[in-house]
Amino acid sequence: MIPLSWYMALAAILFSIGTYGFLVRRNIIIMFLCMELMLNAVNINLVAMSHYLDSLAGHNFVFFIITVAAAEAAIGLGLVIVLFRNKKTIYVDHINELKG
Amino acid sequence: MQLIFFYILAIVAVGSALGVIFNRNVVHSALSLLVNFCTVAIFYFMLNAQFLGVVQILVYAGAVVVLILFVVMLLGAELGEQVPAWVTPQTLLMVGLSLILLTVIGSAVFEYPVQGTHGNLTTAAVLQYGQVELIGAALFTDYLLPFELAGVLLLVGIVGVIWLGRKTSSSQ
Repeated sequence: MIPLSWYMALAAILFSIGTYGFLVRRNIIIMFLCMELMLNAVNINLVAMSHYLDSLAGHNFVFFIITVAAAEAAIGLGLVIVLFRNKKTIYVDHINELKG
Repeated sequence: MQLIFFYILAIVAVGSALGVIFNRNVVHSALSLLVNFCTVAIFYFMLNAQFLGVVQILVYAGAVVVLILFVVMLLGAELGEQVPAWVTPQTLLMVGLSLILLTVIGSAVFEYPVQGTHGNLTTAAVLQYGQVELIGAALFTDYLLPFELAGVLLLVGIVGVIWLGRKTSSSQ
């Protein structure tokens, strides 16, 4: 029996890798992939806790998270395509009209 | 045996996650992400969440990665990548912030044990009703409103993507 904290530690490592990539890479598609990594880390946590508590809640939450992630992937990539059509770039450093 | 399996899978998962952020070619990053999704699906199988493992492979590995690869190849974005310098003050700051995050989450994981009431997803219930039936029953009773909202969200997503993808006069 693998301890629950190992799964959670693995999820923490994956989440941190995702955060690091999101902060460092400037390619908007890679940032997008890193977001998916973070969502998956959270899903591992939920499924592991659900397994160790014999609960159905985690399974249902992961189901909804996967739904939201799929919708978000479709919309995000649609936005990337429109952005590339208008600006001819996918690097977030070049998308600075608002001077935020 | 189980432990060795866990170690190998964990190494593959972390390695492919690192591959996502350190590859210079976006296509290779997406393929690393595919490997990562498959290992996560195997973790679900190890945690007796077979339904979610199948959904993970279908939705993530089957749909999302293919969508990303399509977009990358449509944009031709894998060419002409500007390789950033890896060691800059900003990058080091981000490494520090991520390590702090990892330390905080890790110490929280090991310091505070997970406690809670045990639910009804026991081996006996799974043997009697089946796992998918139990999840489906919970979806249509306890989680009915989120389920309907997820349907609306997917509809809005479809409409939004069609609207975003239309031909505009400025793009001609």
